[in-house]
Amino acid sequence: MKNRTYFLLIGLSSLCAVTLLGGCSTMVLLDPKGPIGETVRFVIIAAFALMLTVIIPVFIMAFWFPRKYRASNTDATYMPKWSSSAAIEFFMWAIPFVIVTCLAILAWSTTHSLDPYKPIPSADKPVTIEAVCLDWKWLFIYPDKNIATVNQITFPVNVPVSFKITSDTVMASFFIPQLGSQIYAMAGMQTRLHLLANEPGSYVGRNQQFTGPGYSDMHFQANAVSREEFQSWVQGVRQSPEKLDLERYEELSKPSRGYHPVTYFSSVKPDLFEYILSKYHPTSGENHGPMSSGSVPTHPRTDVAEAN
Amino acid sequence: MFGKLSLSAIPFDEPITMTAVGGAVLLGTVILGLVTYYGKWTYLYREWLTSLDHKKIGIMYIILALVMLVRGFSDAVLMRGQQALAAGGALGYLSPDHFNQIFSAHGSIMIIFMAMPFLVGLMNIVVPQQIGARDVAFPFLNSLSLWLTAAGGMLIMASLGVGEFSKAGWSGYAPLTEIEFSPDVGVDYWIWAFQIAGIGSTLTGINFIVTIVKMRAPGMKLMRLPLFTWTTFFTMVLVVWAFPVLTAALALLTLDRYLDMHFFTNTLGGNQMLYVNLFWTWGHPEVYVLILPAFGIFSEVVSTFSGKRLFGYTSMVWATGAITVLSFAVWMHHFFTMGASPNVNIFFGIATMLIAIPTGVKTFNWLFTMYRGRIRFTLPMYWTLGFIVTFAVGGSSGVMLSIPPADFVFHNSLFLIAHFHNTIIPGALFGFFAGFYYWFPKAVGFRLKESWGRRAFWCWLIGFYLAFVPLYVLGFMGMPRRLAYYADATWHPYLLVAALGVAVIGLGILFQGIQLFVSIRERRSLGDSTGDPWDGRTLEWMTSSPPPVYNFAKIPAVDDIDAFVDMKERGIAYSRPDRYGDIEMPKDTPHGLIIGGFAFVFGFAAVWHIWWLAVLAALGALFTVIARSADDDIHYVIPAAEVERIENERYRELASVAK
Ligand code: HEM
Ligand SMILES: [Cu+2]
Repeated sequence: MKNRTYFLLIGLSSLCAVTLLGGCSTMVLLDPKGPIGETVRFVIIAAFALMLTVIIPVFIMAFWFPRKYRASNTDATYMPKWSSSAAIEFFMWAIPFVIVTCLAILAWSTTHSLDPYKPIPSADKPVTIEAVCLDWKWLFIYPDKNIATVNQITFPVNVPVSFKITSDTVMASFFIPQLGSQIYAMAGMQTRLHLLANEPGSYVGRNQQFTGPGYSDMHFQANAVSREEFQSWVQGVRQSPEKLDLERYEELSKPSRGYHPVTYFSSVKPDLFEYILSKYHPTSGENHGPMSSGSVPTHPRTDVAEAN
Repeated sequence: MFGKLSLSAIPFDEPITMTAVGGAVLLGTVILGLVTYYGKWTYLYREWLTSLDHKKIGIMYIILALVMLVRGFSDAVLMRGQQALAAGGALGYLSPDHFNQIFSAHGSIMIIFMAMPFLVGLMNIVVPQQIGARDVAFPFLNSLSLWLTAAGGMLIMASLGVGEFSKAGWSGYAPLTEIEFSPDVGVDYWIWAFQIAGIGSTLTGINFIVTIVKMRAPGMKLMRLPLFTWTTFFTMVLVVWAFPVLTAALALLTLDRYLDMHFFTNTLGGNQMLYVNLFWTWGHPEVYVLILPAFGIFSEVVSTFSGKRLFGYTSMVWATGAITVLSFAVWMHHFFTMGASPNVNIFFGIATMLIAIPTGVKTFNWLFTMYRGRIRFTLPMYWTLGFIVTFAVGGSSGVMLSIPPADFVFHNSLFLIAHFHNTIIPGALFGFFAGFYYWFPKAVGFRLKESWGRRAFWCWLIGFYLAFVPLYVLGFMGMPRRLAYYADATWHPYLLVAALGVAVIGLGILFQGIQLFVSIRERRSLGDSTGDPWDGRTLEWMTSSPPPVYNFAKIPAVDDIDAFVDMKERGIAYSRPDRYGDIEMPKDTPHGLIIGGFAFVFGFAAVWHIWWLAVLAALGALFTVIARSADDDIHYVIPAAEVERIENERYRELASVAK
């Protein structure tokens, strides 16, 4: 290959490097604000490092072999019939096998430790938030405080937040990138997610699963604040003139277009979340887990105890 | 009378759509006009549309794929343009409704109507020749598959001008695709286009499995099959296992939409996750359907242009088999976030990682094939090297996605989009291009000009990195896929770079067009009169370029993996048989074309609920099938004398080259 080729390649890789570095400050996944996100970042970096042990040798060979064995280089050894070598083939299978084994161990332990259904151990009682996907906004209910909001949640820093999630429309996915894992929201089913913020801040949350024309507007604020600020925020919401009764809920759940402004409700119809779940099971009043066909208990997963 | 169809179905008020429709109609009219002007209708009908010759069917598949590549790419340009503009409060030039149709159409078209026809086309041209056969096992079925695929493609094209296309993504997740949430005809177009083309694919699968199992030349044991034939075999096994699942899933969704049933609805006991499971039970094997044939092409290309036997043939075959089996055990990695237990997730996570092992083995095999070779840097080799380097990155990001906790943050982000384009563009499309440049002289009789080809290659490669590396970064920045507009202005610069990348890819496509044009003009000086322009290793290089209808006057006997190299070494590559015999070949027939036409009409009528027409079209197709089955006169004989005349000419040409 000619020199021009090398210039192109060098230019290209430096361009990639600049792009990557330039983004660092705003790469939310590499700048987590909670324990879940931190572990996930570790997993990503470890996996990437492991993959480099394959990528780098492949790159070296992919440049070196063609260069050395180019047809014009008649000095290089030419062995047209040589096509197998037990030693090389052994390593060909063995090296990827070893790498995948390491990855599998990493994946096994973190899949279990980061199970979104698993409560985060803490001395504090978790804040429970019920999240409902509507067309095209998020409704959040604080059952213990009897308040509700649209497109905004606030919770104390360093206290676990326990989410119960469902949808009153098509499937969506609840995600706060800087705090960690996402989980689907599905009508008639309740999924769980446990997060914790260890730094105060206002984080972006969004729907990560396409839900139709209003999807681009389905983002919300997730504010992690001090305990005092949380108390006064709750007081603030309780001042709101709006109340979320059934009638108001029906109105709210109608499709709205454009970003739905943040809205506070000073009170909520009791068990609204359970009502939304049960809408899809008119006969049994029970909700179903993913992939189950018959009636199952309110909790879709039998391997996790129903905590908080 | 016309069901839901009325004049208002034509989107006169959408200038962008109408421009596209206008362009397509104009182009169509010009082509039809030219055919009429040159009086080529009978030629076209006799020699091409009704042909059962696997080589011609292959060429028609590839023409379809190239047209669809341009369409799918235009969709990508529109999306990239939209996201380059719609930042920080701006809404761009596409309404969400329109944007959603475009990404749905892009994904559907690229996978089902670009990649599938491209690979089936290459297989058609090459596989029978590689195994020393005169045609595929079921030549008529082959033509039928082509026309069913084309009918599906026509249906998507029709949705551009009449009504609209699906707005629910190429994967069409329920319940978004249920009538409650998508009452328009878009989803129906998507269903019927997939369904009709999918049936064509299943038939192709059966056809090629039988061809490879039953029609190999004497001496071609399984472990002597060329690698492309091996990957075709495994690909078709995947097709036959997987496509019926898609057919079933779509049929159930159809029942939901048309007959008010509740398989996947939110209400009345429907289960949306059942749809998602069924879709990916097909969908994951499908991506291997796209990639395995390309792996076979890379194997052929590397070995030919290194002038060396493929390294680790047996490993390669077993690796392909392992990928085939494993690809059925990983589908749940598309929805780790559904809320299943960690044990379920980790099972599918580890199964996914395991696929990396045989894939890694293949990469090392290609590298060691070059080791101690004599490498010629032809166009196919350029694409292959571009693939190896690029795919290493794409494969690695796939392994990262296979770790469930990592997927919990990458899922549905632009990281995912970057990952799968990073595997499918080098892993499938580059492979098809390599195959296209490699076998073009065989199929058509002349080479494609290298100079424009190299320019095109560099544009594609550089454009690819520009267009998709920023998407990895955007994934880390938390940008989800399928966004019509966004408030976060920090994403904007990256999307501008991505748009620039698409422009560079566009230049690459333009250069490929120029290359075709220039090469056709200079076809005499680029001509290949030996039939073996690359010093090939397998049987397809034994025939003339293009080969006679019957491929081989006498079926060759095979003694080696690199059968043709072996013959050349023993000096018997071009030896003439003592005498020629009569050859029986399948007669051309319009039945496939007619059934394809009925399938299109049926699909269109079903989309618009024009029931009388749907019934008529279905009956028409059924009667054509019966008519074809009742036809006993389906072969014709090429007399020995005629074979001898054709062969004499070939030897005269060979002799003139030798001088
Ligand atoms: C030629 C260069 C290509 C470009 C520039 C391109 C660009 C894009 C873009 C911008 C998207 C939308 C991303 C988003 O959701 O935000 C997309 C989606 C997609 N592309 Fe491509 N693409 C290209 C080639 C291909 C090829 C060759 C295939 C498959 C064989 C493919 C398959 C898909 C699929 C399946 C989707 C997802 C559609 C959906 O969300 O439903 N693309 N592509
Ligand atoms: Cu998959």
